[in-house]
Amino acid sequence: MGAYILKRLLAAIPVILGITVIVFAIISLIPGDPATAILGSYATPENVEKLNRDLGLDKPLVQQYFIWLGNMLQGDFGRSFSLNRPVFDEVMERFGATLILAGTALVLCSILGVIAGVVSAARQYGFADKAITFVVLIGISIPSFFLGMMMILFFAVRLRLLPVSGMYAIYGGGDLPDLIRHLIMPATALAVVATGVVARLSRSAMLEVLRQDFIRTARAKGVGEGRVIWAHALKAAMVSIIPVIGVQAGFVLSGAVYIETVFQWPGVGRMLVNAILTRDILLVQGGVVIVAACYVLFNLAVDVAQSLLDPRVKT
Amino acid sequence: MSPFPLTRRAFHALAGATVLSLSVGLPAVAQTPPGVLIVGQIAEPKSLDPATVTAANDFRILMNIYDGLARYKDGTLEPEPALATGWDVSEDGKVYTFHLRDGVKFHDGTPFNAEAVKFNFDRMLDENHPYHDTGPFPLAFFFSSVTEVKAIDDLTVEFTLSEPYAPFMANIAYATGLIVSPEAVKQYGADFGRHPSGTGPFKFAEWRSNEAVVVEKNPDYWDGAPPLDAVVFRPITDANTRTAEMLAGGIDLMVEVPPDAISEFQNDRYQIFEAAGPHVWFLILNAKEGPFADKRVRQAANYAINKQALVDNVLEGTAEVAAGPTPPAFGWAYDATLDPYPYDPEKAKALIKEAGAEGAKLTFFVTEGGSGMLDPIPMGTAIQADLKAVGLDVEIKTFEWNTFLGEVNPGLEGKADMAEMAWMTQDPDTLPFLALRTGAWPDQGGFNSGYYSNPEVDALLEKARVSTDQTERADLYKKMQQIVHDDAPWVFVANWKQNAVATAAVENFQLQPSFFLILKDVAKN
Repeated sequence: MGAYILKRLLAAIPVILGITVIVFAIISLIPGDPATAILGSYATPENVEKLNRDLGLDKPLVQQYFIWLGNMLQGDFGRSFSLNRPVFDEVMERFGATLILAGTALVLCSILGVIAGVVSAARQYGFADKAITFVVLIGISIPSFFLGMMMILFFAVRLRLLPVSGMYAIYGGGDLPDLIRHLIMPATALAVVATGVVARLSRSAMLEVLRQDFIRTARAKGVGEGRVIWAHALKAAMVSIIPVIGVQAGFVLSGAVYIETVFQWPGVGRMLVNAILTRDILLVQGGVVIVAACYVLFNLAVDVAQSLLDPRVKT
Repeated sequence: MSPFPLTRRAFHALAGATVLSLSVGLPAVAQTPPGVLIVGQIAEPKSLDPATVTAANDFRILMNIYDGLARYKDGTLEPEPALATGWDVSEDGKVYTFHLRDGVKFHDGTPFNAEAVKFNFDRMLDENHPYHDTGPFPLAFFFSSVTEVKAIDDLTVEFTLSEPYAPFMANIAYATGLIVSPEAVKQYGADFGRHPSGTGPFKFAEWRSNEAVVVEKNPDYWDGAPPLDAVVFRPITDANTRTAEMLAGGIDLMVEVPPDAISEFQNDRYQIFEAAGPHVWFLILNAKEGPFADKRVRQAANYAINKQALVDNVLEGTAEVAAGPTPPAFGWAYDATLDPYPYDPEKAKALIKEAGAEGAKLTFFVTEGGSGMLDPIPMGTAIQADLKAVGLDVEIKTFEWNTFLGEVNPGLEGKADMAEMAWMTQDPDTLPFLALRTGAWPDQGGFNSGYYSNPEVDALLEKARVSTDQTERADLYKKMQQIVHDDAPWVFVANWKQNAVATAAVENFQLQPSFFLILKDVAKN
């Protein structure tokens, strides 16, 4: 197992490097450059040229990339020119916020999605199944940013129960209850679609398992129905549910871009959007490396979990 | 046994969680503290070093931490004394001598004096200055005519210009001319932008990335301590979220209210502010080739587009119809006798027929967004429909803002017949000088992307730039506006009115034509 994990980690390095090359190339190829973005109306060719020189962007692209790579390997991600601070500080600060948001959403969607799927499968075509299927369909269909906006209008503006936006209160906040208050709406809005997907796939995975012989054997042996469903069947179904959750992690991370904008969550998604709009290439690169690394690690964790659950999955 | 052995427990857990979440939710309704003004900004500031930033959003914070040698007189764009108590201009308009205010200290305790002023401008302009590496300084070219800054004595400083340059004082009063503490720059280097120190009414207290910039009252402010104890600037990029925060009581003042949200605030709990700014939204017409090379077709476009409808319906009254290239906010330089082209499709058709441009196919560059561009896509579509009504077949091409600038700034030749554009400037010289002169064609480093050229306009602008007499300048600019209005190198569409909403508790607030946010006299009860 240890060797497998190490092998997978090593294999991730070229993947991440490949991603940085692609991102660097795309950002460099799209029209508009950082100097134009900074100067806006005042972007005369002369001013643009001078500013590009000051920003170190007048060197050939390939050279720029290798300078960046060399610095990065020494732990220096460079300085963001749209935020005027070290990229690493910014990315780590923002990434923590995204992890809290996306992590909560992922936990929510896993737990709620699996429970809904199992209940639905256990009562196939019953009232609970129909009700859950209906709610899940609505959940999958609602764009998360719209749901977020509606939640703000209802819970924050109308009822004044929850804060509209941000991660902590501006005054007198900063503790865990304060964080939870700010987290409820964005995490829920972010989790809704993923919950629907997990619920649907959990339902079909469970239905498949419930038709198998060992379930009939268990029932014949007199094992209680609750135990059959939640212990025997669910454990077997988890083998196909876990990879779905793994995919949802990527989905939740990308969905965070919208949700972070709507709820003004200081996360890495919103940072990346701004970085792209201002052509802040170092910030984009730094952010992408961290997000990609995280995604790769998470997929590895999913694979390891799967192999622990199902010995047939080779490691 | 029930298949849902967890149901009851799950229900309790769920109920418990709900109660818990509601109970932790309740304190969130607390209002903002008294004496502290919370401002909803449109974005996270880039830096709080005035020499390095370009965005109005950043200026809104900076104007409250720093002072310049001059500032704009309340409600105008005319410079008045600030850190300088006055200034003399030499006969030839090349030497400006500033007399500095005595006894002013930066927030870090170091004295403000002639050496500090010299340090500020040398840092931006002199590539060999030891702190030039704390840049880059994108707007330093505002002062590119300055050849030398000399400290005559502790309270007198002299600027020498390579040639007379009329907008100099307007630039001194602009955000790029704000004076920072040299000692703080030496201490923090390139990180000064996160540890700002100026002489302004508020002292920097804290910057929580993407959450808030907090500034506190400067009790020793030379112009009288401000009534507010502190101001918190919160970046809330999404306009709908900003509106929701305002409605929920999370902020006291918000700028750039979306037009369709204004009605939410039309009651006695809120105050709505509006002020015309030095902004003009126009269409660049390609005067070099295609149908718009003919002045009659350019005039026809001005007649054909229903600007009043654009302003009323698309912009929901947040702008006024523009008459010419100079916004009315430049009171002294604006020609008030100039009337906007009336909406007259019949006249437009006649002019197009006369020029033989009936049914011409036109390419129209439209941006998705961008600074000062208002609602560019719906505006572009409405313009397309108006031009179609007079027989011009317009094809729209839409670009993301930076891509758009990359397409438009190098010139429209061979690519397009018209393009959207908007400018906001601090001096009536800037826009026409950079975008209407023959010497400002793209290949010569300007923004005249439509290749308009009229030697008379060139001469007027050159003359106005070197004149130091405001009456003479006003006269020249007014003549320029009349010619440009008739030549119609642009379709003059709209002048944006900046807006803001504050709660009823906010007192003495006033929007400025500079679009700066001046909070030194504002109070909150």
